[in-house]
Amino acid sequence: MINQYETVFIATPVLSEKQMKETVEKFKGFIEHMSGEIVHEESWGLRKLAYNIQHKSTGFYHMIEFRMDGENIKKLETEFIRDERIIRFLTMKMDKFAILYSEKKRRLKA
Amino acid sequence: MAQEPEIRYLTPPSIDVKKKKYCRFKKNRIKYVDYKDPQFLKRFLNEQGKILPRRITGTSLKYQRKVARSVKRARHIALLPYVTDLMK
Repeated sequence: MINQYETVFIATPVLSEKQMKETVEKFKGFIEHMSGEIVHEESWGLRKLAYNIQHKSTGFYHMIEFRMDGENIKKLETEFIRDERIIRFLTMKMDKFAILYSEKKRRLKA
Repeated sequence: MAQEPEIRYLTPPSIDVKKKKYCRFKKNRIKYVDYKDPQFLKRFLNEQGKILPRRITGTSLKYQRKVARSVKRARHIALLPYVTDLMK
């Protein structure tokens, strides 16, 4: 069943800009590989964390909105867990209000 | 038993007259509480970063649960602290 998901992940600040892009590309590629379709993508860059994670106080935030089959989400999450550059991630299934909200936000920004 | 004299307040009891609380979600017809926007969620937290009860914020049950869920998500991805001393 194809649903729309939204995932936010935080990468360690130790990475260089290039490595950060590589990580993001890796996950986008993984989603496309799982016959998923990326709807929207946002990078919030380096941000201060509200509390320390793994003794770090800042992190690279990245948000991807995508449409994918429900079964593959488990694989995507194990990919996140296995990748040690990612210190925290959150995947959420978007209900119709969430989808409307993000579309409206994108329209306002454009 | 003598009727006790009417209690006279020094200052008029304006505090008792609570302003009518309303659910801001119903009023502004907000349907989705975004967990990625800490500024908005901070209004529902007290100084220690704890979620305010409905009787203070006046939100309806349906939206209070949505707020609680998005606050917990925001805390998970470190946009909001679990506990802090001076938040505002």
